[in-house]
Amino acid sequence: MIGSRVLHPRHLALAAAGCLAFGTAQAQISDDVVKIGVLSDMSSLYSDIGGPGSVVAAKMAVADFGGKVAGKPIEIVSADHLNKPDVGSSIARQWIDQDHVDVIVDVPTSSVALAVQDVTKEKGKVFLISGAASSDLTGKSCSPTGVHWTYDTYALAHGTGGALVKQGGDTWFFLTADYAFGHALENDTTAVVKAAGGKVLGAVNVPLNNADFSSFLLQAQSSKAKVIGLANAGGDTVNSIKQASEFGIVAGGQRLAGLLVFISDVNSLGLATAQGLVLTEAFYWDQTEETRAWAKRFTAESKKVPTMVQAGVYGAVTHYLKAIEAAKTDEGKAVVAKMRELPINDFMTKSGKLREDGRVMRDMYLFQVKAPGESKYQYDYYKQLATIPAEQAYRPLSESACPLVKKG
Amino acid sequence: MFELLGIPPQALFGQLLLGLINGAFYAMLSLGLAVIFGLLNIINFTHGAQYMMGAFCAWFLLNLMGIGYWPSLIIAPLAVGAVGILLERAFLRWMYRLDHLYGLLLTFGLALIIEGLFRQQYGSSGQPYAIPAQLTGGQNLGFMFLPNYRAWVIVASVGICFGTWYLIERTKLGSYLRAATENATLVQAFGINVPRMVTLTYGFGVALAALAGVMAAPIYQVSPLMGSNIIIVVFAVVVIGGMGSIMGAIVSGFGLGVIEGLTKVFYPEASSTVIFVIMAIVLLFKPAGLFGRAS
Repeated sequence: MIGSRVLHPRHLALAAAGCLAFGTAQAQISDDVVKIGVLSDMSSLYSDIGGPGSVVAAKMAVADFGGKVAGKPIEIVSADHLNKPDVGSSIARQWIDQDHVDVIVDVPTSSVALAVQDVTKEKGKVFLISGAASSDLTGKSCSPTGVHWTYDTYALAHGTGGALVKQGGDTWFFLTADYAFGHALENDTTAVVKAAGGKVLGAVNVPLNNADFSSFLLQAQSSKAKVIGLANAGGDTVNSIKQASEFGIVAGGQRLAGLLVFISDVNSLGLATAQGLVLTEAFYWDQTEETRAWAKRFTAESKKVPTMVQAGVYGAVTHYLKAIEAAKTDEGKAVVAKMRELPINDFMTKSGKLREDGRVMRDMYLFQVKAPGESKYQYDYYKQLATIPAEQAYRPLSESACPLVKKG
Repeated sequence: MFELLGIPPQALFGQLLLGLINGAFYAMLSLGLAVIFGLLNIINFTHGAQYMMGAFCAWFLLNLMGIGYWPSLIIAPLAVGAVGILLERAFLRWMYRLDHLYGLLLTFGLALIIEGLFRQQYGSSGQPYAIPAQLTGGQNLGFMFLPNYRAWVIVASVGICFGTWYLIERTKLGSYLRAATENATLVQAFGINVPRMVTLTYGFGVALAALAGVMAAPIYQVSPLMGSNIIIVVFAVVVIGGMGSIMGAIVSGFGLGVIEGLTKVFYPEASSTVIFVIMAIVLLFKPAGLFGRAS
C-alpha cells in the first residue's frame, strides 16, 4: 500500500496501528470464511415481513455471488430474536464472540435493532439493517459499521404523511405501537404534519401485538381528526385496518394512513378491505423487468410475494460481498468504507449511495392499493402514484443527530 | 358538558360495551378451559391452538368448499372437537393419574406443534375472513357505532355461556359429570361409562374453543398466532375466576373484558398487563380464585 514512497517513521507508526486495528493482516478474511447471520422474527407477527423470507433472500444473494468471496466460502446462519431486545443482543454477542459471524443482517423490530446496533458498534462488526424502521438508527444511535439499507420512519412519514396532508388531511390522530419504532414513526410524522400547517389532535399508545383495536379506533373516531395515522406494523396494522372498516371509520369520512404497510399485509387483508390505502415502500415486485424476474425466483423459493425488507436483504448482502471482494478484507470498518465508495446498483436500487451516517440513499415510491376490480393477476396490488427522490425521502444530513456527521 | 376524568360519558358507554364484547371471547374460551379442568383435571394449554383451528376450519370451509359462516358455526366445532377427542384418546388419557404438570407440559408441547405447522403453511400475517352478509353494517346507538356483528357476538356468547352453565349445573348429565370428578369409581359402579364421558367432555371443551374461533374469524385475522396471543390472558381469567368454576369463568371473563376496556381509555399502555396485575392481587387474597373452592 505504501509502495515505493520513502518511508517516514510516522507512516510506519500508522501502518503498525492499522495492523493492530485490523488484526493479523489487512488483506485477509477472518477464519477463512465469511459468515452471515440473518437475525429476524422467525415466528411471530413480523415473520412474514422478514423472517424465513429474509434467509431465502440472503441465500439467493450468496448463490448469485457464486458462493465465494475473495476466494473464501460464504456461510449463512439464522436465528429468531422473538422481538425481544435482550434475546437479540445476546444472540448477536454469541454469534460474534463464539461463532465468528462477520455481519448481522435484517433485524426487524426497531427496539431489537437498536440493541444489536450497540453490540455491533462495540465489536466493530457490520450490521446491515433491512427490517427495522426507526430513523434513530442513523440518527442519535448511528454506528460507523451500521448500514440502514431499505427504508426508515423519516421516509415513511414524509412519503405517506406528506401526501395525505397535501390532499387536505390536516388534522391527525395516531394509533402508535408502544415501542421504539412506533414512537419514532409518530414523531417523524408529527413533524411533517406540523411543518405543512396541520395539527395533531391526539395519540394513543397501543401495546405491541394487540388483537382488538376497537377501543382505540373509537377514541380516534371521537377525536374527529381527518386522518388516523397507524404508527404500527405487521399484524397490528392488519387488525387495525380490518376493524376500522368494521366500525365504519372510512365510511364515516375519516382517512386511514397506514404509515408502514407491507405487501404481505395487503395480501393478508385482501383488496376489498385494503383498497385505496396510500402507502410508501422502497420496492414493489411489479415495477420493472428486473424486479419481476427477481420476485419470480423469490416466490418460487419461498411461495410468497417478496416484501421490500426481503428484497433489501438481497441487495444489502450483495453490496456487502462486493465490498469485501474489492477491499480484500472482511474487517468491519474497512468493508463499510468500501461500501460507501462503491455505488449501489441492483434490481431495486439504482445509483444508490451509502451516506456517512449509515443511511442508504435510494428513491422511495408512493403507492395506492388497487380496488379488487383493477387487479388483473396474482399479487397485482399497487399502482404507483409518485417517485420520491432520495434527497426528499430521507433526513438531510444538516438535521442529523448522528455524532459521526461532521457539520460545518 | 359533564365529563368523568376527562372522558365524556357517551364515550365511556361505548368503551364499556366494547369491553363486554372482548369479555365475551374471554368468557367463551375460559368456559371451555374451566369445563376441561373441572372434569379432567387437565390444564389444557392447547386451548389457544384449538381456538385457532376453529377459525382456520371456518376459513377452509369457505375457501375450499364454499361453505359459509353459519354452517361453519356447527361444522367447525364438530370437526375440531373430533380432533380433540383423538388427542384425548391418544395422549391425554395417560395423564389423568399423574401430576397436573405433566398434562400442562404435554398440551403446551402439542400447542407449539400445531401452531408451528399452521405457521409453516400459512405464515404469520393471517387470512382474511369476511363478516357474513346478514351482519354487515351497524347501528348508531347515539353514543357509539355498534357493528351488527359485534352485537351478535355478545348475544351468542351470553347464550353459549348460559347453556353450558345450565348443562353442567342443572341437568342430570351434568350431575353425572360432576359426580365423576368427585369419585369416578363410585359413578362407574352405577353403570356409567366414565372414560367415555371424560372423552366426550374434552371434545365438548375443545368444541367450545373452536366455536369461539369461528366467531372471532371475521373480527381478527385468521392467523396461526391468534391462539397464543389470547391464551395467556384467558388463563389469567380462569385463575381469577377459580380453576374449574364454570360461573367463575363466565363472570370473570366478562368482568375482566370490561376492566381491560376501561384501561384502554385511561391508561392504554397498561391494557395488556392489567389482567395480570388483577390476577396477582386475587391470588394474594383468594388463592383459589374468586369463585373457586379451596380443596
